[in-house]
Amino acid sequence: MTVSPSLDERFRAAAAAAELLDVAYDLLPDTPVGTLLVGVTDRGVCRISFDPEPEHHLELLARVFGPRVLRASKPVDRVRRELDEYFEGKRRHFDVEPDVRGIPDFYRQVLAELARVEYGTTTTYGTLAALTGNPRAARAVGTVMNRNPIPIVLPCHRVIGASGSLTGYGGGLDRKEHLLRLEGAIL
Amino acid sequence: MIPPFETFYEAHRDEVYRFLGRRLGRQSAEDAFQETFLRALRAYPRLEDGEHLRAWVFTIASRIVVDDARRRKPAGELPELAVEDGLPAFEDLAPLTDDLPPKERAAVVLRYGYDLDYAEIGAALGSTESAARQAASAGVRRLRKEHR
Repeated sequence: MTVSPSLDERFRAAAAAAELLDVAYDLLPDTPVGTLLVGVTDRGVCRISFDPEPEHHLELLARVFGPRVLRASKPVDRVRRELDEYFEGKRRHFDVEPDVRGIPDFYRQVLAELARVEYGTTTTYGTLAALTGNPRAARAVGTVMNRNPIPIVLPCHRVIGASGSLTGYGGGLDRKEHLLRLEGAIL
Repeated sequence: MIPPFETFYEAHRDEVYRFLGRRLGRQSAEDAFQETFLRALRAYPRLEDGEHLRAWVFTIASRIVVDDARRRKPAGELPELAVEDGLPAFEDLAPLTDDLPPKERAAVVLRYGYDLDYAEIGAALGSTESAARQAASAGVRRLRKEHR
């Protein structure tokens, strides 16, 4: 006798409805950039990952936000809807707040500047470094982009090399190219 | 370090559900299952370490079984639970057994407080029936010594 899928879903829904979760997460299969793992807290979205294997993330999320990390679909609905709209080209700005607790100060400053880079435009690692007051920290900015816990919503795909090359992306260059094409930033 | 709740839940949900099914029947087991893990979720941030999680969740499930039995039968009609003065035995046992090593404590409370058999206690503690029997009798010996 094992727990039926419907009983399992009922428990997960009840846990979320009772507001007992530190982090609720769910998988979004079949987005144009593959399966995404999305984590949310009561403050907003705290994780988007191109690596859909939850076990890689749960411990990290538990350490930062608290141990009550559970897969639950409903709390993720808002982000799911905003991402759907974004992928359909109907959304240029995310209304959901990023929850950046647990991120070191320098990273946070860089991510705050990154959040201002507009849809359909690109900037460079060096420009972002200068905006945070460290013009020579382009490489460090690259590291921050690579470790961005909330890609797409915090648009690190809009940061490219000074020569115009796409350079790199935590989720792989194919995805970066796809997102920039979707936004019309490249042809 | 306490594991993420998802990991804990996935590891124990089926055996907790089977236990509740045996004690309550399928219909009531579904409600009791949800209640067990909601209670576990409420208490989870207060846990100090990730040891004995299995015994812990079985203790919660057992308490819900007892509550369910009390709701369904008028007080005093719970012969298998050794009720005295309207208090089930586990409420007396819990404070008395505070100083026992965790495994012995769980075995004693589950055996004499919740009337689980040794096979169920073995399952709850992640060991065997005979290990559960040994842990319970070691716990009782220790209690006799302490309370002499």
